[in-house]
Amino acid sequence: MEIAVEQTQQRKKIHPHKFTLWVAIGSIIMMFAGLTSAYIVKSNQAGWQTVGMPNVFWYSTGTILLSSLVMQMALRSFKHREMNQYRLLIAATFALGVTFVILQWLGFRQLWNSGVQFRGSSGGGQFLYVIAGLHALHVLGGVIALMVMSVKAFLGRTKLYGSVPVEMMATYWHFVDLLWIYLLIFFIWVG
Amino acid sequence: MSNESNLHGQPEIVTGHEVHHDEHHVHHHNETFITKYIFSQDHKTIGKQFLITGIIWAVIGGLFSVLFRLQLGFPDQTFPILETFFGRYAKGGQIQPEFYYALITMHGTVLVFFVLTAGLSGTFANLLIPLQCGARDMASPFLNMLSYWFFFMASVVMVSSLFVSTGPASGGWTSYPPLSALGDLNQGSKIGTDLWLVAMALFVVSSLLGGLNYISTILNMRTKGMSMTRLPLTIWALFFTAILGVLSFPVLLSGFILLLFDRNLGTSFYLSDIFISQTGQALPNEGGSAILYQHLFWFLGHPEVYIIILPSMGIVSEVLAVNSRKPIFGYMAMVGSLFAITILAFLVWAHHMFVTGLNPFLGSIFVLLTLLIAVPSAIKVFNWLTTLWRGNIRLTPATLFSIGFVSLFISGGLTGVFLGNSTIDIHLHDTKFIVAHFHIVMGVASFFGMFAGVYHWFPKMFGRYLNSTLGFIHFWVTMVGAYLIFWPMHYEGLAGVPRRYLDLSGWHNFNHFGDLNKMITVVSAIVFAVQLMFIFNFFYSIFKGRKVRHQNPWGANTLEWTTPLRPGHGNWTGEIPEVHRWAYDYGKDGREFIPQTEPVGKGESHH
Ligand code: HEM
Ligand SMILES: [Cu+2]
Repeated sequence: MEIAVEQTQQRKKIHPHKFTLWVAIGSIIMMFAGLTSAYIVKSNQAGWQTVGMPNVFWYSTGTILLSSLVMQMALRSFKHREMNQYRLLIAATFALGVTFVILQWLGFRQLWNSGVQFRGSSGGGQFLYVIAGLHALHVLGGVIALMVMSVKAFLGRTKLYGSVPVEMMATYWHFVDLLWIYLLIFFIWVG
Repeated sequence: MSNESNLHGQPEIVTGHEVHHDEHHVHHHNETFITKYIFSQDHKTIGKQFLITGIIWAVIGGLFSVLFRLQLGFPDQTFPILETFFGRYAKGGQIQPEFYYALITMHGTVLVFFVLTAGLSGTFANLLIPLQCGARDMASPFLNMLSYWFFFMASVVMVSSLFVSTGPASGGWTSYPPLSALGDLNQGSKIGTDLWLVAMALFVVSSLLGGLNYISTILNMRTKGMSMTRLPLTIWALFFTAILGVLSFPVLLSGFILLLFDRNLGTSFYLSDIFISQTGQALPNEGGSAILYQHLFWFLGHPEVYIIILPSMGIVSEVLAVNSRKPIFGYMAMVGSLFAITILAFLVWAHHMFVTGLNPFLGSIFVLLTLLIAVPSAIKVFNWLTTLWRGNIRLTPATLFSIGFVSLFISGGLTGVFLGNSTIDIHLHDTKFIVAHFHIVMGVASFFGMFAGVYHWFPKMFGRYLNSTLGFIHFWVTMVGAYLIFWPMHYEGLAGVPRRYLDLSGWHNFNHFGDLNKMITVVSAIVFAVQLMFIFNFFYSIFKGRKVRHQNPWGANTLEWTTPLRPGHGNWTGEIPEVHRWAYDYGKDGREFIPQTEPVGKGESHH
């Protein structure tokens, strides 16, 4: 009896680790808010040069949107205890994450070769490298976590675990996805 | 998840036994020296690690200030011993300009970040949050351990920067570009500044990991009955501190990343149209804005000063209530003013930039918001004084330091009101008046809060008392010394003496401050020596201090005093106690104190 009561009481509260993740997301948002406000401030000053978006970024955008969807499916199959499906889906998310980072890299290369470089006068291009680069680093962090999860899934050690880590992974992954969409719209709008 | 599974590092295994509190924590998980003292995940040990690392940094940072005070007090004298120790940095026994700037930069950085942020928040958030909220440990003990080790790595990098051949960063603790961006301008802006930036980035990561944990623990891991409004004010203060840090440090990090790009990759975020006379070279950078850096810096920089002061405010509120044997006056007003300060702290950063050519209309908005901070500050001061008023005050060293804190906060807060007016600030900006203002209100005051905390919770940390006689000497010398050092700087600043200048002999009208400057230097050296005495007391008492025999030596209400004398990992041997009342039932219904764990009696009056 007492056990049951205490457990339902626990259920109502958000898991502390999940909560920590949300606060961390708030913190990451502040970082990008700082950078994009700097971008706005600078874009109103003399000598600002706008840049066009490399078209590879459209493919990367598609990739990360798709990966979010796959991640959500992975979470669902985990909750339904369909482990075989979960394994495939989480590995697919991982692969899509890697693809995204590679595509971003190709986009940077395209931009670099078109003459937008670090040296010399300032402009949207330099910000783009820094902001999108930092975003890619955050994705990379997620990719590493996904890799660990996939390996664990294939080693079949997941039976004991609750769904919290997978849920947290999904939350973070959707976050970096949304963050990218925000940045993309921002670059196009303010650019 | 319960507190229990958390402690065992298997957060996701949901089994029936997690609710059996009793048999846990009596056993020790076969801890080795390494897991117990070095890579410990016990919040109490991590708190001590922060404290001791902070103490080491305080000695280094404090020593630096004594060295540059030698230059300011005795500009034309030589000290051959300096040459013995520092070689070419003190050629002929005189501190060289590059060395002087390195010293003030490191002094500021070390004390603001490594001592008064990590050493203060790190220590007391770790020690008190689980103990006073009633938790076995932090929400994530592992992240908590990482937080310390990132701080440690930041420390290693910062120390290593002291030993590179071109010297450490020397562009001031604010590191404004272009000076900090171009190695050609200044020796310290070479590799020293890169190391400084890397150390600071590691430091930011440490603060974020810590802050996330503090917030999550306070909101999610409180024991039964511990509603937010029953929390002691220490926890409220640490909570708002963590929020400030989590939201403002990332912006500083952005600013630093852009600076690293400008320094090493040739970008123009902060640089524009620069001709370097030393090398006769015109730089290709165009369109950058040095002011942009100041915005990004002070968006953290101002909240940072409150990150430093809030924990002290919390400690002082707690120590004053316990030792005047009276409930804290205006508990909700205290929480409300902490909240107001937190919000306002994000809205006033440009008061550090009044003379940068900021639009005067924008400036006037920042004047208004800045002066508004005086309101919650005054509320807090009023409540501390009314808490003391007609109290049954026990003058322990902790109480004295708390009273000292209030005094310093009043003195320094008043000069803030001068500075908050942009027109007056045109005259006072970058003078010794600023140095006086922020050392009194932030530097010394926060140290006092920290000392109060150390004297008060030392028995909980180490099971022994600090020696009180040494404590009283420590207090009086530091208190009198601090005023003697910083009060005269107001006059110097009003007369126009600039800060950050190593030699004023070029100004004849400042000559009459010569003796005053000598006095300040001598007093600084004495105050520094007394801090060494405190450190001696600290380490001596850890091993040889008077033993604590009573579980609740100060007769306090909060939960940390319900743990065993030397609590193990997990804090309480049995179940975590339940809480039935707020933390401030002192002198109620004829009883001296009523612990939070005591159920409310039938005929008991309301507070
Ligand atoms: C009524 C309250 C306060 C007001 C109106 C106020 C106002 C100001 C202003 C306008 C400046 C900039 C002066 C200049 O550089 O020209 C300043 C500097 C400073 N204040 Fe305050 N202040 C207040 C309280 C505090 C508190 C509570 C702290 C810390 C806990 C603090 C810490 C500092 C620091 C560190 C600086 C100097 C930073 C630097 O330039 O290196 N102030 N204050
Ligand atoms: Cu400020």
